[in-house]
Amino acid sequence: MLARHRLGYAIQYFQFNIAFSFHGRTLNTILYHHARSIYIFVSCRPELINRMIRVNLKKTHIYRPSIFNLRSIGFFASNLARKLLNKTLNMKIGFRTRACLSVAVVILAVATAAAGEISPPKVDPGDTAWVLVSAALVLLMTPGLAFFYGGLVRKKNVLSILMQCFIVMCLISIQWVLFGYSLAFGPDRGGVIGSLAWSFLNGVGPTPNTDYAATIPHQVFMIFQMMFAIITPALILGAFAERMKFSSFCVFMLLWSTLVYDPVAHWVWGAGGFLRNMGALDFAGGTVVHINAGIAALTCAIVIKKRIGYESSISPPHNLPIAVLGAALLWFGWFGFNAGSALAANGLAGNAFVATHVAAAMAGMTWAFLDWILNGRPTMLGLITGAVAGLVAITPAAGFVNLAGALGIGAGAAALCFLFVVYVKPKCGYDDSLDAFGVHGIGGIWGALATGLWATKTVNSAGADGLFYGNPAQFVIQIKAVLAAIFYSFIVSFVILKVINAMMGLRVSEHEERIGLDLTQHREVGYTVID
Amino acid sequence: MKYIIAIIQPDRLEEVLNKLTEKEIHLVTVSNVVGRGRQKGIAEVYRSHKEAGSLLKKIKLEIAVNENYLQATIEAITSAAHTGQVGDGKIFVFDLQECIRIRTGETGNEAIG
Repeated sequence: MLARHRLGYAIQYFQFNIAFSFHGRTLNTILYHHARSIYIFVSCRPELINRMIRVNLKKTHIYRPSIFNLRSIGFFASNLARKLLNKTLNMKIGFRTRACLSVAVVILAVATAAAGEISPPKVDPGDTAWVLVSAALVLLMTPGLAFFYGGLVRKKNVLSILMQCFIVMCLISIQWVLFGYSLAFGPDRGGVIGSLAWSFLNGVGPTPNTDYAATIPHQVFMIFQMMFAIITPALILGAFAERMKFSSFCVFMLLWSTLVYDPVAHWVWGAGGFLRNMGALDFAGGTVVHINAGIAALTCAIVIKKRIGYESSISPPHNLPIAVLGAALLWFGWFGFNAGSALAANGLAGNAFVATHVAAAMAGMTWAFLDWILNGRPTMLGLITGAVAGLVAITPAAGFVNLAGALGIGAGAAALCFLFVVYVKPKCGYDDSLDAFGVHGIGGIWGALATGLWATKTVNSAGADGLFYGNPAQFVIQIKAVLAAIFYSFIVSFVILKVINAMMGLRVSEHEERIGLDLTQHREVGYTVID
Repeated sequence: MKYIIAIIQPDRLEEVLNKLTEKEIHLVTVSNVVGRGRQKGIAEVYRSHKEAGSLLKKIKLEIAVNENYLQATIEAITSAAHTGQVGDGKIFVFDLQECIRIRTGETGNEAIG
């Protein structure tokens, strides 16, 4: 009986007590210790497998449960395993008994390895190639953002925007390899932060990390995540464009990345992060990247105050074609951002790619029509703003929604961001210069909530059903995750800004602001008048 | 000697230059300028934020002539730049004190031609 229906599950160690009793039935279990995880092999009747996956594994965030049919395992191994199992059977397993079990674990490890059933995770060349390309695509988004923002400011400040984006690429890359990656993805500390065990990329090498991506080298996963860590703080700078001191800017970026981005990334994506364990869905970073940066942008706009002359005498965008080029690069790079987040070259990546594109197209079109109806003309700036809002909103949902979800999320993003930027922001009186909050904050919040509406397991079995697919609980989880990110980002960003302001000042002097940041902060100008 | 500044619609430049050539007036300086008059600007819209009454693009012509060419120049510009719409522009005429050709050092009426 056992030999015929023996199947195994790979389960993360901290959930091992759950698998032992299922619906009052005792299940035969083998523990196997490998690297940082304990694998638990459960043998049971085939008809129980589906129920287990449905009921237990999903709830407890078990990573990629692997199902093996052990029929082929030799009689010797199965017999040995059965004997050892009988000893551990019916044992109530808790943390206290872990020590006793470890003895059995060692023996079983030998038994199962002898059976040739466990092999170390293998690197898949296709997956690795796609994630490497995606990492490059996501990196390109930061210069894309630089052009998008750079085209929207006045001539005298264009270099300051490009400079800020580029210095973030350098600064955060170094921060990430020194300690940022470890804080965000390293071994969990209480569900809120990673430890420093992986600083200087210690132990982050060519072997896949099964907690994150079992088929690509750990280092490739790290560099892919680095690009997200770079663009997130860069998004914020739209809020304080044309008036922040460069030195204070660098300090702010470093502190914000360390104290806000890294912890929030850990909550949502890190193994053991509390939002991940709660079941919050965030495919490619709606909460971690866009809500996080959007809220920080709002905080900055409030703390650093308006530009001189806002809003009566601020000139229009100095170079819209450059802004359009930037938006195009963002759209292009976003395929790496979202489809790359599947961390594999598979159907899920394809779904994310399609959803991303459809949502962006829908949102751009919606904004253009709103402009046409309400302002008499469709505008270029409106169209690209809408497209970016759609890309923001589809980010958390790309790997969980089908075509209907992508269309709905795109249209909703444009409508909500339009409403906010056009009607709400002017009434609030803060100067979010390039609408970093209006687009990334509002679009991000909408996207995270809409994921709780349109998510469906038919797209991604590792996801969850949303409200429209009969699971309102998921919508509530999304709300909780959004609120957690909003409060944390607002409070910590506020404190960082106040501290920097007290120590070195945030703004340039009024004289410098009038002359422009290019000349006063960098002793350069973007455009010459004569030749 | 007179110094003429004419502000005209950008799309009339070609006709004005042709007319001036016809009347043998070859020396002219052209610049892109922005400004406003009774025509006012066209309100531009950026993320639904209206930039009301912004400045309009115009062309500025600067021509130095001897007195006997003054009337011909004014006629050439008015006839070619005229559309009858608000915003056709203006011509300003000044007395010119001195003119020096840098290459030869000639001055006065000779230098202009």
